[in-house]
Amino acid sequence: MAYIDIKHLGITFGGLKAVDDFNLEIKKGELYGLIGPNGAGKTTVFNMLTGVYKPNTGSIVLDGRDITGMKTIDINKAGVARTFQNIRLFKELTVLENVEVALHNKYKYSTFSGIFRLPSFYKVEKQMKERSEELLKVFGLEDAKDFKASNLPYGQQRKLEIARALATDPKLLLLDEPAAGMNPNETAELMETISLIREKFGVTILLIEHDMKLVAGICEAVTVLNFGRVLAQGETAKVLKDPEVVKAYIGD
Amino acid sequence: MAEKKAVGNKAADNKKAAVKAPAKGGIFSSRNFKGDIITIAVLVIAYFIISNLKLSSLMTGLLVPVCVYIIMAMSLNLTVGILGELSLGHAGFMCVGAFTGVIFSRLIQSAAMPELLKFILSILVATVVGAVFGIIIGIPVLRLNGDYLAIVTLAFGEIIKALLNNLYVGKTADGSIEMNMSGFKNVTDSAGKFVSGPLGLTKIPKYATFEIAVVMVVLVYIICSHFIHSRDGRAVMAIRDNRIAAESVGINITKYKMIAFVLSSAMAGAAGCLYAHNYATLQAVKFDYNKSILILVFVVLGGIGNIKGSIVSAIILTLLPELLRGIGNYRMLIYSILLIVIMLINWSPKSRVVVQRLGAKIKGIFVKEKAAV
Repeated sequence: MAYIDIKHLGITFGGLKAVDDFNLEIKKGELYGLIGPNGAGKTTVFNMLTGVYKPNTGSIVLDGRDITGMKTIDINKAGVARTFQNIRLFKELTVLENVEVALHNKYKYSTFSGIFRLPSFYKVEKQMKERSEELLKVFGLEDAKDFKASNLPYGQQRKLEIARALATDPKLLLLDEPAAGMNPNETAELMETISLIREKFGVTILLIEHDMKLVAGICEAVTVLNFGRVLAQGETAKVLKDPEVVKAYIGD
Repeated sequence: MAEKKAVGNKAADNKKAAVKAPAKGGIFSSRNFKGDIITIAVLVIAYFIISNLKLSSLMTGLLVPVCVYIIMAMSLNLTVGILGELSLGHAGFMCVGAFTGVIFSRLIQSAAMPELLKFILSILVATVVGAVFGIIIGIPVLRLNGDYLAIVTLAFGEIIKALLNNLYVGKTADGSIEMNMSGFKNVTDSAGKFVSGPLGLTKIPKYATFEIAVVMVVLVYIICSHFIHSRDGRAVMAIRDNRIAAESVGINITKYKMIAFVLSSAMAGAAGCLYAHNYATLQAVKFDYNKSILILVFVVLGGIGNIKGSIVSAIILTLLPELLRGIGNYRMLIYSILLIVIMLINWSPKSRVVVQRLGAKIKGIFVKEKAAV
């Protein structure tokens, strides 16, 4: 059985079938791409995977555990983390604090010991800080750790979002258009970062992307969505040459 | 595409800003710790100066209320600034705390205990009752997103005021408690009347002193500051900044909203108890909508999310109307103009830049001095 096994996933909004009969199997440690024209339903799939929307049909199984229709926070605890198409950082918090917030469920102490600064507070806070700094180092953000998140340049904000998602120690990382709004240099750098985190954290990655260079460059397999349905699926190079796919993207 | 471009431009602007305005202290950076120590030291020094000054009776009468308003402003700042929800009925929690605190202290008035202990106990009772009302309001409302908390707290403040304005609580001669909404039947002795409807609380023991009030201010400040710079506080601020993202990293939204709101209402209850024990009588109508708004004004002008700012603005804005009494009818005119000026200084982006520069300059002077030493 595949590590991530999505079967017959579907959702309708009113009368509109946004996603219909979506099947996807991802192997452990794979870097999988989800592509398709605008409005194809890619982000809707992400939202179902993370519990923002409850699917009407189908099932999602992560590492042998059925996570269909669970709440967002429980799905996160089960091992799914994501980034967002439009960056959603905790703007008023520092870069370090952004990552520390994501360590919330891994390092714990009670509200009481937080307010009265019991020894457990100092111990756990120290661990949290060290772990956050470690993560920030991977993304080259350690020098910016005391900046407000909203003061970071765009490319670094994207990286911080990935760092934050990784801090929850996920099995599956969902990246929603990580290269959106980036220039070619930043995109190249991002590709390196993504490959690096896959090696370093052993995480399985599913990403949505419009930048074909990035998809062709790093994804081992892709699924093409069009009008909520799977158009093509399989090895990246083959799928991208598929005349149906070319037609969906460029037109006749 | 245009949207993306705009984001890009904004990012470029932010890059510039990042160079100029870095480092809003991390948790362990000595900055938060230093700031706390400095604030507490300033409060303590202010206390010693004030307690050694010869003040007019008017000013002496204001000492405890000023402390109460500082606590109220700090606690409301937890809801408005840290949690990012609007509460328009904070005086309601204060009112609940005042009434339960006084009823409790009247009940144990004859007990053989030092006055201070009696007062501490009644403050604790008021704190708990404030928290309970916070939970009652929070459970249904904090599950929703939007401005519902503002609407419900507004109603809560008015309902509490109306209810307590008709409440009669007293102790009969044989020691049983009478409590109703229609007037005393069995309580005849005026000493046994704790709450007498529209007359409100009567014969309140005057436990509140400036010393106790200052200790409470320091305590509440420490609690607020420690809460904000802890795992829970970060979770609450994360919810404020981006609810969806907070949920996606596994934060229980309702739980942390509740913790912040209940903490805030508990401290308001304690402040109410302190406030009531500074007067001989107190009516429920004192805790009206205007009082809630007044506290909100302190928070907004002190800086939303800025606990130290709340302290400063509560002090200035409580004392100002009294200091301006000399100019008679023009008092409120000047007060409102000052409010507008402070608001402009606080919130207009241009003046913020100026303030930041001034701050950096002042800091520069201190750093140089240190280097010279």
